[in-house]
Amino acid sequence: MNGHAGEPFLKFPEDWHRRHLLDLESLSASEITSLLDVSEKMSERYRQKGKMSLLAGKTIANLFFENSTRTRNSFSLAAKRLGADTVEFSSSGSSVTKGETFIDTAKTIEAMGVDAVVTRHATPGTSHLLAQHLNCSVLNAGDGPHEHPTQGLLDILTIRQQRGTVRGLTVALVGDISHSRTARSNIWGLQKLGAHVIVCGPATLVSKKWEQLGVEVAYSLDAILPRCDVLNLLRIQFERQATRPFPSVREYALLYAMNAERMRMSKPDILIMAPGPINRGVEITPEVADGPHSVILQQVSNGVAVRMAALWLLLGAGRSASTLEGERV
Amino acid sequence: MQTNWLIENGRLIDPRQSMDRVARLLMVEGKIAAIDPSDDDLPRDCHRVDAEGWIVTPGLVDLASELGEPGREEDETIDSGTLAALTGGFTSIACAANTDPPIDTATAVEFVRQKAARADRCRVYVIGCVSKGRAGEELAEIGSLVEAGAVALSDAPRPLSNTALLRRALEYCLMFDKPILDRPEVNSLTRSGVMHEGMMQLVLALAPMPAEAEDLATSRDLRLLETTGGRLHLSSISTSGSVELVRRSKARGTVVTVGVRIGNLCFNDEQLRTFDSNYKVNPPLRSRDHIDACLEAIEDGTIDVITTGHQPKTLEKKMQEMDAAPFGMSTLDTALAQVITYLIEPGKLSWKRAIECLSCSPSQVLGLNAGTLVVGAPADVILIDPAEIWTVERSQMFSRSSNTPLLGTPLRGRTKMVWVGGVRKFVREPGK
Repeated sequence: MNGHAGEPFLKFPEDWHRRHLLDLESLSASEITSLLDVSEKMSERYRQKGKMSLLAGKTIANLFFENSTRTRNSFSLAAKRLGADTVEFSSSGSSVTKGETFIDTAKTIEAMGVDAVVTRHATPGTSHLLAQHLNCSVLNAGDGPHEHPTQGLLDILTIRQQRGTVRGLTVALVGDISHSRTARSNIWGLQKLGAHVIVCGPATLVSKKWEQLGVEVAYSLDAILPRCDVLNLLRIQFERQATRPFPSVREYALLYAMNAERMRMSKPDILIMAPGPINRGVEITPEVADGPHSVILQQVSNGVAVRMAALWLLLGAGRSASTLEGERV
Repeated sequence: MQTNWLIENGRLIDPRQSMDRVARLLMVEGKIAAIDPSDDDLPRDCHRVDAEGWIVTPGLVDLASELGEPGREEDETIDSGTLAALTGGFTSIACAANTDPPIDTATAVEFVRQKAARADRCRVYVIGCVSKGRAGEELAEIGSLVEAGAVALSDAPRPLSNTALLRRALEYCLMFDKPILDRPEVNSLTRSGVMHEGMMQLVLALAPMPAEAEDLATSRDLRLLETTGGRLHLSSISTSGSVELVRRSKARGTVVTVGVRIGNLCFNDEQLRTFDSNYKVNPPLRSRDHIDACLEAIEDGTIDVITTGHQPKTLEKKMQEMDAAPFGMSTLDTALAQVITYLIEPGKLSWKRAIECLSCSPSQVLGLNAGTLVVGAPADVILIDPAEIWTVERSQMFSRSSNTPLLGTPLRGRTKMVWVGGVRKFVREPGK
């Protein structure tokens, strides 16, 4: 039992009706806020009481057709902290290499009796396809360069925790915008919550067309730095680039790496974020990554909280009862 | 088998005679015998068909349908493809050369012609490859292909990327008076691309296929043609840039014909948001401004032909992620209804111009004696009910593949009867 008699620690948001989390583009500001609020509650409760049984008896499958360490582990931990069982699947050594389509693979895993599938794939739209073909809940853990909704949410949660609100802040996404699912999810989420978003990177990786999404496009990091409240330094996606979009890593670092010198040009309370894995020395120098403005590790912790919230909301475990007790298993 | 037919009370549309009125059409011994014959002129054994409320037009002609044989029988066979064509209102189709092996020898041409004769549905014309093995390097034996009956040469859907080869082919074909069909695309700009590059693509993050990839190739093709002369047909253009280049080139007197695919007129890049791989086609579905430019170009004669772009693909090939799924849409079954539903009904295209683009012009591109109801022409005639509303379903399609995003969609307009050479080959039974 928790301390306050009859006081539930968690309330299921009345306006939450989704079974899938595929992107942030289609979510409303209030749905995003619900996710963030539940995430806060989840992490607070976990800190106080440890593992919960909110999803006891549920099975969640991690279906990763593309390599991942942190996201996969983060989802696994989230499921386990809520008392769910997890099934791990990765494409190497699986039937996919034997010619089975990813939809068939997913259907097979579903048939084993899973309640949610967490999926990552190199092609945009794959989680949307699974949502059409499967009966269980689908969580997009990254579909190529398209979206990575839980990454967007954990970034936004980190900003909100640090600043109390997202509204009115200037957030710059720096680096390989065009190949970044993190950029797209951040743009949708941040703009819905009222932030001003700048996308900044080499012209071959950020075209002026992005302005039509309502963001500001900048090529010079130095020029925008004094205005930024938050910098989110995206990883250069070497593996997604058909032709090399800039002459050398050295030149990229010269123009866009966040280093001590650039820190001096920044606002004194600037937040430094990176979705990781980071290429130290490319997007960010070690003294910045490990410095006092960096919230990179807080992002990682928030990742687990956001994924707990998403799983709980999507599985609708709290929908039948209006309130819930999070009991120790 | 041969019978004489009198079609009464139908609205006759024959753009070549500038005809659009209710009239009687008489077919005798496989040919168009008369329009509005007097009762005295009717042969004694004459079947009468009441076409009240229906439209009577020359049978439709398609410039490049993929018929699957040889080598891709899982997608389509000549039997299934010609049935889809016939019931869809096409009395003549040219079959694309991208079979496996490709149609680059006289024997291959002969194979398709024999299979088509055995199927005995619509007329089938064969397109031969421009290059050996469709590899884009050396000229195929074009003389032998033509001798065997090839009506045109094309490596499509693969573009003729090798500029020297295209130039040589244009020159070589001067001897045979056969058109080369090229689908203009600069491959290095579209490689691994999935959809039209634009705002929707930026949001969805699918690999881009920029419009200039087509514009540049169109420009190159037209420039070569101006030097070599000969006959060139750009088989499926889709961009406002291509349209403008063709318009200017035609104004300078270049003899070139141009086609657009029905799918590129009915659907736009926003449809890719569904991530339904049935919308993955090449040329890709463009944004509205490009589509409007194409519609305007049909209106002013810059675009001559509307093609089906029929590319049947099995469900298992299409039921994959966007990157892995092949390009293509199965369209022979639905093309006419698509034109009626998406272009004629909303007032974007007149009936006369539609029939011109679907029948008269394509038959001229191939040099066929078809595409008209003029007296003496072969009696390739179709009856269309322009008002019938039907829902596209797997069971309603004759193509082996149902890779169309239209499944479950109600369309307006349907073929009711089809004559090929005066023989009534198809009657749609009520409710089917």
